[in-house]
Amino acid sequence: MIAIVDYGVGNLFSLKASLRCVGADACVTSDAEVLARAERLLLPGVGAFGDAADRLRATGLAGVVRDQAARGKPLLGICLGMQLLFDKSMEYGEHPGLGLIPGVVRPIAEVVPAEWKIPHMGWNALRFPGTPHPLFRYIKQGDFVYFVHSYAAMDCADSTIATAEYGAELTAAAARGNVMGCQFHPEKSGDVGLRILKAFCEGGEK
Amino acid sequence: MIGKRIIPCLDVRDGRVVKGVNFAGLRDVSSPVELARHYSGCGADELVFYDITASAEGRKLFTDVLRQTAESVFIPLTVGGGINSVEDFDRVLKCGADKVSVNSGAIRDPSVISAAAKRYGNQCVVLSVDVKRVDGAFHVFAKGGREDTGLEAISWIRRGVSMGAGEIVVNSMDTDGVKGGFDLPLLSAVCDAVRVPVIASGGAGCIQDFVTLFHALPRVDAGLAASIFHFGEVDIGELKQTLMQNDILVRG
Repeated sequence: MIAIVDYGVGNLFSLKASLRCVGADACVTSDAEVLARAERLLLPGVGAFGDAADRLRATGLAGVVRDQAARGKPLLGICLGMQLLFDKSMEYGEHPGLGLIPGVVRPIAEVVPAEWKIPHMGWNALRFPGTPHPLFRYIKQGDFVYFVHSYAAMDCADSTIATAEYGAELTAAAARGNVMGCQFHPEKSGDVGLRILKAFCEGGEK
Repeated sequence: MIGKRIIPCLDVRDGRVVKGVNFAGLRDVSSPVELARHYSGCGADELVFYDITASAEGRKLFTDVLRQTAESVFIPLTVGGGINSVEDFDRVLKCGADKVSVNSGAIRDPSVISAAAKRYGNQCVVLSVDVKRVDGAFHVFAKGGREDTGLEAISWIRRGVSMGAGEIVVNSMDTDGVKGGFDLPLLSAVCDAVRVPVIASGGAGCIQDFVTLFHALPRVDAGLAASIFHFGEVDIGELKQTLMQNDILVRG
């Protein structure tokens, strides 16, 4: 079973539907025992980093997620859920994240040329810096996925498994062992996104 | 680099697609769910569902088809029509919409833009504007183009963006239905005025019109059309192929 961590942010409708579409047995839960029993965890998220991080801690789920990740359980963060995996974010002040992947979340305006539109919104192509990560075993370099974000993980070259070119090389996905994250929305990225979710649900990331 | 988006728009009344459509392989040509699946399979980058229902029962049917669509189509969905309040945003977002477009509702009460942007983020709020030239000036029309508001379009769009609209759909009433191409002067003026994605609507009659649009105005992010897709006059797969051949980046 795949457990979607429910800490009260975001709309999980499409994520649930996309997991059902790839044949996964998925549930949405905030119950620590269910999260502990699940084979893999999905950490969603939209909105502002500070609010989401506070809520994740206030619900006690930050500790649960960190603990499960430390035990080696595969964890995939999506969009803001991916950003939460890093050490900290500089979105409206400085906010600590889960510290599962080294790196800092910063405004893309720091690296994207001034005349480019922000947020980085739309379909962009994935580039793999090295051998494609197992998460991408059913897709190929150059496939398009759907992004909506104004902040991105930086200083995380060691764990970057995909980038997207937007006047700068933005971190599109990162992984460190069993902890993975996608800045884009696989649940909104058509067939390509579904194939990434299928790869995650099937496992074999190590 | 972000690819240019191709967006079919479906007008829905009482849960059915309004304009007659005819595609080989579609069992029910006026089912929004089937048509949405068809377009997604052809390579549409996003879908707009426009609710032109007046009744409460129709609203219910609309949210039902929206939910069914979002359960089986995994590309961004924008919903418009009858959006007047944050509660309306909430109603359609819960059913799987990703973005919500406001038009007359925002003209009546612009604060809906800022209230929705605050709650859901700017990227969720699309300002859709019907524009027509009146005595040489761009005027905003309300109520499906029936009422001249007297508002100057470019300043209205600027105001909408400053209040939190994250994307603009520019529908030119002067070119709409004429099939002679998009309204390039209007779109150019909008692109000069704001730094958020701009979606061109109204006037596309053939594939070449999209090529001309993206060549003339590289800052336009997307082209939206309805009947030319529904009637099969323009095939989305073929359209994207042609755009690629003309060095316009699109999702393959």
